[in-house]
Amino acid sequence: MKWFHLPFLALLGFRKRAEGKQAKLAEETYYTATQFQLMWWKFRRHRLAIVGSIILGIFVFIMIFCEFLAPYDPQSRNSDYIFGSPQKVHLFDDQGKFQGLFVYGVETVFDRESMQIVQTEDRDVIYKIRFFSRGEPYKMWGIIRTDLHLFTAENGFVHLFGTDNLGRDVFSRILYGTRTSLSIGLIGIFISFIIGLLMGGISGYFGGALDNLIQRLIEFINVIPTLPLWMSLAAALPKEWSPIRVYFMVTIILSFISWTTLARRVRGKLISMREEDFVFAARIAGSSDLRIIIRHMLPAFLSYIIVDLTVEFPYMILGETTLSFIGLGLREPVVSWGVLLQASQNVKAIEQHPWLFIPAAFVIVSVLAFSLVGDGMRDAADPYSQ
Amino acid sequence: MARYIFQRLMIMFLMLFMLSLVVFVVLELPPGDFADRYVHDLRQSGAQVTADQVQLYRHMLGLDRPWYIRYLNWIGGIITRLDFGWSLTFRMPVTKVIGDRLLFTVLLSVTTITLSYLIAIPVGIYSAMRQYSIGDYFFTVLGYFGMATPAFLFALILLYISVIYFNTGVGGLFSREFQDQPWSWAKLIDFFKHIWMAVIVLGTSGAAFTIRTMRATMLDEKNQLYVTVARAKGLPERKLIWKYPVRAALNPVASTIGWELAEIVSGSPITATVLALPDIGPIFLKSLINQDVYLSGTILLFYSALTIIGTFLSDLLLAALDPRIRLTGGAP
Repeated sequence: MKWFHLPFLALLGFRKRAEGKQAKLAEETYYTATQFQLMWWKFRRHRLAIVGSIILGIFVFIMIFCEFLAPYDPQSRNSDYIFGSPQKVHLFDDQGKFQGLFVYGVETVFDRESMQIVQTEDRDVIYKIRFFSRGEPYKMWGIIRTDLHLFTAENGFVHLFGTDNLGRDVFSRILYGTRTSLSIGLIGIFISFIIGLLMGGISGYFGGALDNLIQRLIEFINVIPTLPLWMSLAAALPKEWSPIRVYFMVTIILSFISWTTLARRVRGKLISMREEDFVFAARIAGSSDLRIIIRHMLPAFLSYIIVDLTVEFPYMILGETTLSFIGLGLREPVVSWGVLLQASQNVKAIEQHPWLFIPAAFVIVSVLAFSLVGDGMRDAADPYSQ
Repeated sequence: MARYIFQRLMIMFLMLFMLSLVVFVVLELPPGDFADRYVHDLRQSGAQVTADQVQLYRHMLGLDRPWYIRYLNWIGGIITRLDFGWSLTFRMPVTKVIGDRLLFTVLLSVTTITLSYLIAIPVGIYSAMRQYSIGDYFFTVLGYFGMATPAFLFALILLYISVIYFNTGVGGLFSREFQDQPWSWAKLIDFFKHIWMAVIVLGTSGAAFTIRTMRATMLDEKNQLYVTVARAKGLPERKLIWKYPVRAALNPVASTIGWELAEIVSGSPITATVLALPDIGPIFLKSLINQDVYLSGTILLFYSALTIIGTFLSDLLLAALDPRIRLTGGAP
């Protein structure tokens, strides 16, 4: 060893001490962290799950603010642009002059050769896109009357995803559909949460004949294949019912099956926890049954329940979309992803108007995002496992 | 073993019997009946129908009797002479309506499930043995998309691709030129050209699930001590993998065959409707809309029966695969 090694050694030693200190600090934070903090740390490591949650965040944002984000009402028709293809957004006009975001106007001509009406861009007409501008009046959340939109076209129209057979803006309809489809999932999850907790709680805590009965019921429901059962129940809804009533009934039908998973989970956890020391201690201390369940047992398995609910969610969305697609679920004038996809029932329709198939991408992406988040949460649910 | 199988069979029949009752009640739930629907259609086309005529028609169909009498007639017919009732929509016996289509549904489901396992199990093993390789990531991503895409969308996308890029016919079971031809080599090929889409659509989500299960259990098993021991005593790697960890990893897969089958069968109505395949799916949809109770009831019963049988089979398979599972006696 030479003299010039010394500073390096000192540095090394210093580093080592610092590392040890840091590790100790990390260990300390680990032991003092709450359960949810631990879960969050574990969830954060799951990179795909983070991507999924960001996408979900966007969807939730759309769900809440769809009136503001959509340039048009889902029912308003543009008779100048029926079955119109998506308008391209430009920045520079034909002369290469910068115009800001804009779309070209539309020219409708009758093509003598193909004997069809053809819509082409009218290069002379420019509709500038204006942000935070005034457009069609609407009621935000059905309460606040306003006409402010995220963007509208000046002196004309803008249809980013084209229009449907009645000239309705597909972009706006998808945004409104996002609200319907996601809310069906949310309400459905909530219903199955309540039923599952109740049935699972009764089953697991009281046991005996009641438990047996509920378990057989669950097995029974699970034997009937999900989709045919949904179809049968949905077909039972009277045709005369108002769309809102159908909406709620479809939600209930969708949650009719998913509660069974949750009830089983709750029951299993309750039974395994019934004999734990902390429950015994609570009982000796004189806590009531209800207090023991809610105050002591529920927090211990809440994370599992949340995971189960997240995993169930995509099935709700898929169920709604499928039912509406085959005409047994939601109906016009309610707008949901499934209802929108009805327009592309067959290949011919997709070939002619491919933009009517755009809602499919929303369905797939949202389900994908939910699956990713569900996976990440499943790993994080048990933060003490390594 | 024989006793166990017998017991399970008995439970199966009891379950099916109870199911038939539930199925009938569920399908009877909607207000109105086939007669109403029929008269509604008649009036739509401009015919004059009086209330008396409706009543007479209803009486003719036997729909004016209470539901339990009709249920007893129906179930009695099934048990005594395998008569599943009369389809009101098609005006012929239910067995005749679904006969050929039933066979097709079973054929399609069995083909799909076989192929899905044949592909998914090796892929699952591959993914586990080469964890974090490009192939592993590829199959993971593919699996996610397979699970996230609803069957009908998937079917539409495949149809679109096949029309645009391969220029093959749109849906159906045979191309037009083979429709009425007797079976031949060319017709068989044509048949597979049409059926592959249904197989892919129905099989993908199940295959994705199997791959993930297989991968996860293989990852757990491949680092076990018994694998190290086998390797230490010089067993060739390929033989070692197939003989030890794979056998252990197959158990969870085998125990879900019943659910897989149910999943495939359950997805088939929609897929068949979109692809215009002659399985019982489209008829099921039609019978539901027309409130043709005997027809829809029979089909729903059939769907459930397949699930029950599938679960039964996977229990048997599991018992055969895993010697740790004891069939006799209750909890120790």
